[in-house]
Amino acid sequence: MNQQDAVNWILSFQKKIESSKEYLTDLDQAVGDGDHGINMNRGLQHAAGVLHEKTFETPGDVLKAVSTAFISKVGGASGPLYGSAMLKASGSCGGKETLEDEDVKAMLRAAADAVQARGRAERGEKTMYDVWEAVVRAAEEKEDIDWQHVRMKTAEAADATKEMQAKKGRAAYLGARSIGHLDPGSVSTRMLIESLAEVLESGDS
Amino acid sequence: MTKILLVSHSEKLAEGLKELLQQMQPDVDIEAAAGDSGGIGTDPDTISTKLQAWKEEEIVVLFDLGSAWMNTDLAAEMSGMEEQVTIADAAFVEGALAAVMEAGFGSSAARVKAAAEAAGSQKKRPEA
Ligand SMILES: Nc1ncnc2c1ncn2[C@@H]1O[C@H](COP(=O)(O)OP(=O)(O)O)[C@@H](O)[C@H]1O
Ligand SMILES: [Mg+2]
Repeated sequence: MNQQDAVNWILSFQKKIESSKEYLTDLDQAVGDGDHGINMNRGLQHAAGVLHEKTFETPGDVLKAVSTAFISKVGGASGPLYGSAMLKASGSCGGKETLEDEDVKAMLRAAADAVQARGRAERGEKTMYDVWEAVVRAAEEKEDIDWQHVRMKTAEAADATKEMQAKKGRAAYLGARSIGHLDPGSVSTRMLIESLAEVLESGDS
Repeated sequence: MTKILLVSHSEKLAEGLKELLQQMQPDVDIEAAAGDSGGIGTDPDTISTKLQAWKEEEIVVLFDLGSAWMNTDLAAEMSGMEEQVTIADAAFVEGALAAVMEAGFGSSAARVKAAAEAAGSQKKRPEA
């Protein structure tokens, strides 16, 4: 994964979010305040603008810029969560120009740990951490990341939030009534990982 | 004296609470960091600015909803002020009131936080 892959990752994510912002907002309407699609779309529009404008040397630089855009433009809970994830992911990349699979695994783990720390989230609480945790486990299963497997586990983890009762975030105020609805942040995180898989599975990372 | 920062999704809510608190205890410094770009939400940059104005002080933060503490944590990290910023997990109105009264007695941030966190379970209406 080089800086261009990192840019393509985020631009692909931006397109996915843009075309599903109403869907994400509908999901958030059911268990929260109905702003998740709007929040994410605003942040990614901004991030895409920055990525088009500037040039970057390393994947770490790209993710740093994305983190700043998320922190200042997304808002809600997803702003600090995605922002912290990207910030720690960027830190994990360091100054490397190219990331090998091993580095990509470390990057994903850093992002997952950041989400867990920022949200004080544990597995099974119906948050985006459920997806992050599954991503890291799936990526680490094989020496060379099996993206098909990662996609499958990511999708499963996002779908599994439907039957969970929310313990963190706004949805927790619904108690048992949160059961039966997908967690919006988990669905958007799945899109983030699908974009990464699309960019990296074609060639060698 | 320990400073009090009110972090809320709503500017009106934070400003109204600040007014109420300041009337009870005019000697304590109270600030609000509320709203996001004029709308509902919280913003780490807004919170950082308020924290940095109290760079040398002990600050106790009261917040309304969950994402407000995440943004406060983030703002404290961004400002390098983790040591000075104490977040109280308390009822916003009752907790803030207890915090401000405690701060007025010259108490440490830890005691102000404890007072705020104990306040939510108090009954407000006397038994008949
Ligand atoms: N404490 C937390 N830990 C991890 N993820 C969380 C937490 N609180 C909320 N989330 C995630 O954030 C998503 C909601 O994001 P968003 O709607 O943008 O923010 P808000 O809830 O403030 O309106 C949820 O679907 C959930 O995945
Ligand atoms: Mg929301």
